[in-house]
Amino acid sequence: MTAVTTKPGLDQIWQWLDAVPDPEIPVISLVDLGIIRDVVWQEDTLVVTVTPTYSGCPATSIINLDIDTALRGHGIAKLSLKTQLAPAWTTDWISDKGRAALENYGIAPPQPAGGPDRCPHCQGRNLEKLSQFGSTPCKAQWRCRDCLEPFDYFKCI
Amino acid sequence: MAVDQGKLLEFLLRMGDNTLVLGHRVSEWCGHAPVLEEDIALANTALDLIGQTQFWLGYAAEVQGEGRTADDLAFLRDAWDFRNVLLVELPNGDFGQTLMRQFLFDAWSSIILDRLTASSDPRVAEIAGKAAKEAAYHVERSSDTVIGLGDGTEESHKRMQAALDYLYPYVGELFESDAVDAAMTEEGIAPDPASLRADYNALVGKVLAEATLRLPEGAYSHNGGRTGRMHTEHLGHMLTQMQWLQRAYPGAAW
Ligand SMILES: [Zn+2]
Repeated sequence: MTAVTTKPGLDQIWQWLDAVPDPEIPVISLVDLGIIRDVVWQEDTLVVTVTPTYSGCPATSIINLDIDTALRGHGIAKLSLKTQLAPAWTTDWISDKGRAALENYGIAPPQPAGGPDRCPHCQGRNLEKLSQFGSTPCKAQWRCRDCLEPFDYFKCI
Repeated sequence: MAVDQGKLLEFLLRMGDNTLVLGHRVSEWCGHAPVLEEDIALANTALDLIGQTQFWLGYAAEVQGEGRTADDLAFLRDAWDFRNVLLVELPNGDFGQTLMRQFLFDAWSSIILDRLTASSDPRVAEIAGKAAKEAAYHVERSSDTVIGLGDGTEESHKRMQAALDYLYPYVGELFESDAVDAAMTEEGIAPDPASLRADYNALVGKVLAEATLRLPEGAYSHNGGRTGRMHTEHLGHMLTQMQWLQRAYPGAAW
């Protein structure tokens, strides 16, 4: 390859974005979370399309700032961030790598059944819901009746 | 045929002002709820509603075309410019009354947003698609709470019945129509409000039956909020809180 590359490839850019942590749950990346919907070069401008998790998610502006900072740090000078509402974000877009990282961190990953599958601490299945909402808009609070530990559950939407 | 922009603006203000005013009301509980879990739940609900407001009023500001933003519409209009239904501006009362109001609103919101996802206006459809998911979650929680408290202790039952008796006469306004609604219906932008009533009655009836609560008798319906004809005295008091910072320090930003 030539020494000077002004336009990094899209695979490379996805890799860089996969290194940007979610500001509220830093064990998973923005790519794992499924909120980066598209990355494309338009002439010499890189256009990154992001969708919000929840309408009022206070992290949205921080997320945009983090993307901006990361990509500029890799030398991308012309960058445009687009917000896209439709199709609305769904937890189905969280990657398998992201789901495993969530559970490792103590957050039960989303399940179509609407509740956690097992306790992220002891894998117990004797669970109860404490509250439909949690410390961030995307989480609910549950408790394991086996190990008695409370834990966050990533809401399925 | 071109959509009447003035009427579209009016429709968007009605959607956005409902979520803005209710979002602010619910946020008043932050730090005051009976238990921590409920405090967090109320704050999260408020956050969703304010987020939806940003989309509705953001679009409203664009349609208005005077260079204003969602924030300008939220913080720099006076009470008579607001187009929310009276239900959402009523004071919180006790926790039960707040959750009863939330349920009566969530039930309507979940039904209309679902219908709006098929709007002929793609912006309206995409905002509704996003908000509908949140509304579905909200109504699940507020239904559970209304059932839990209604079919709870003698005291909680009494308070929930009192809340329902007080709030129910404000529900009818959600289903009224005027020339704005007629235009929205004709253009396929929004459903005729009256057409939502059967689904609403079915949902509310089912939850209230489980909650062992009775709908109050009488067909009287308070109105005037969504047309801007007349708000309750409560809205002005609320705005003095909500708008204080931008009024005292115009243009202040983070
Ligand atoms: Zn456990």
